[in-house]
Amino acid sequence: MRPVSYSRVADVGTAIGTVSADPESAFLAGGTTQVDLMRIYVEQPHRLVDISDLPLNQVEELPGGGLRLGGLARMSDVAQEPAVVRRYPMVAEALLLGASPQLRNMATVAGNLMQRVRCSYFRDVAAGCNKRTPGTGCSALDGVNRGHAVLGTSDCCIATHPSDVAVALVALDAVVQTEGPAGRRSIPIDDFFLLPGQTPEQEHPLTHGELVTGIDLPPLPVAATSRYVKIRDRESYEFALASVAVAMSVAGGRIAEIRLALGGVATKPWRARAAERVLDGAPATIEAFTRAAEAELAPAVPHGMNAFKIELARRTMVRALEEMAQREGTA
Amino acid sequence: MKSYQAIRTTPAPDSAVVRGPGEVEVRLRVNGATRTMSVEPRVSLLDALRDRLELTGTKKGCNQGACGACTVWVDRRRVLACLTLAISCENREVATIEGLADGDTLHPMQQAFLDADALQCGYCTPGQIMSAVALLAEGHAGDDIEIREWMSGNVCRCAAYPHIRAAIRRVRDEKGSGDAAR
Ligand code: FES
Ligand code: FES
Repeated sequence: MRPVSYSRVADVGTAIGTVSADPESAFLAGGTTQVDLMRIYVEQPHRLVDISDLPLNQVEELPGGGLRLGGLARMSDVAQEPAVVRRYPMVAEALLLGASPQLRNMATVAGNLMQRVRCSYFRDVAAGCNKRTPGTGCSALDGVNRGHAVLGTSDCCIATHPSDVAVALVALDAVVQTEGPAGRRSIPIDDFFLLPGQTPEQEHPLTHGELVTGIDLPPLPVAATSRYVKIRDRESYEFALASVAVAMSVAGGRIAEIRLALGGVATKPWRARAAERVLDGAPATIEAFTRAAEAELAPAVPHGMNAFKIELARRTMVRALEEMAQREGTA
Repeated sequence: MKSYQAIRTTPAPDSAVVRGPGEVEVRLRVNGATRTMSVEPRVSLLDALRDRLELTGTKKGCNQGACGACTVWVDRRRVLACLTLAISCENREVATIEGLADGDTLHPMQQAFLDADALQCGYCTPGQIMSAVALLAEGHAGDDIEIREWMSGNVCRCAAYPHIRAAIRRVRDEKGSGDAAR
């Protein structure tokens, strides 16, 4: 790790002012991504601004029935917050299926959205990687790419977005609250994650020094019947090969409301809008679930070792929908 | 990229105190005692404990958040010392395996690990024990499935898992999960 200076700040204005004034600086919160990437020279800030003491760690009711997750709320705390568990179970489940108890005690929910990809070429400073060093090529295109994405890829980058909770947040249409040198913004979460395209180094529409202060969960009754299904190489402490966040209500055998998103298979937390269109008003049957999954995966592009993910994602979607429908049917 | 209307606020000027990048004096509370040392801000809590304070019970396995050998408590929560900067622990309470025993009397979890033969090489053991005591305090040791899930952040190369679970069950059943963490 390169030498780095350190400041601990107590208020949001100082945090933003300090980082935005110094292009070589970075925020430090839980550290689970920042310290890791500094140690392997992927990130080399000269100055860390520790924001752990900022008063942004609460979960609060929003007027109108939603919930605001403070940006610095720890994953473990949000996962056991009764209002989250009751009203947005897929958010709590996605949090608890991510990382390990120790990491969840450290990592913040804003940091979770800002975490970097786990592509082994991104993490290897000797390898070409357009995301880390633009213009050096994507080593994963014909490299070891079993874990890489099949949706939302480009010829510049095929790295999978690693977050679990972001998948649930995308299904919910959460809104990311930020504060930066230019002021405050509210960014719909689907726009908060950028596709790699020709600029994979640009992952978020944030300026340097702009801080994620909170994540707003909108009031959404159907979210109370939701779940997060995660498939991976080992049962715990592992990233998804394919995952599904689903919220669904069924009335008279037909799907009345549906929210669906995919993880582990795409370059950003993937809202499954094509599948939602198929499912909206359709009978809650395996045939409809299969049609919906196939519609979503029709544009999927395999890259050698990860071709299995298309079939795995299809099955994971059908299974999540089936289990959801069974639960709804017996409720 | 769409642009979203910004509400203008005025960020405060850069007024934060800058420490480092050279060695700076860092004062930590470790196992109830105040310890002062001179370290660069980039030094991890793990390296500070092992190399500066000679508290070598906490182990370095992967040094990248993948194994749990470095598990300690900061403000009573189990965390990974390898991904924590020592300087960021000022004004927090750090607890390591060395602080667990009460004088010559082992903590019940340490004793249970011995009795249940819950280790082979022992390299993962301090991290396992720090995690296991926290696990009981959190109330996540209801059954073996729950123990397995909530201990998954501690990898054991020797695969002593069945005996580790037995040790945890023993402490759970002896004293309940109420006061296991001190
Ligand atoms: S040494 Fe910290 S997790 Fe492995
Ligand atoms: S006892 Fe050897 S690694 Fe666990």
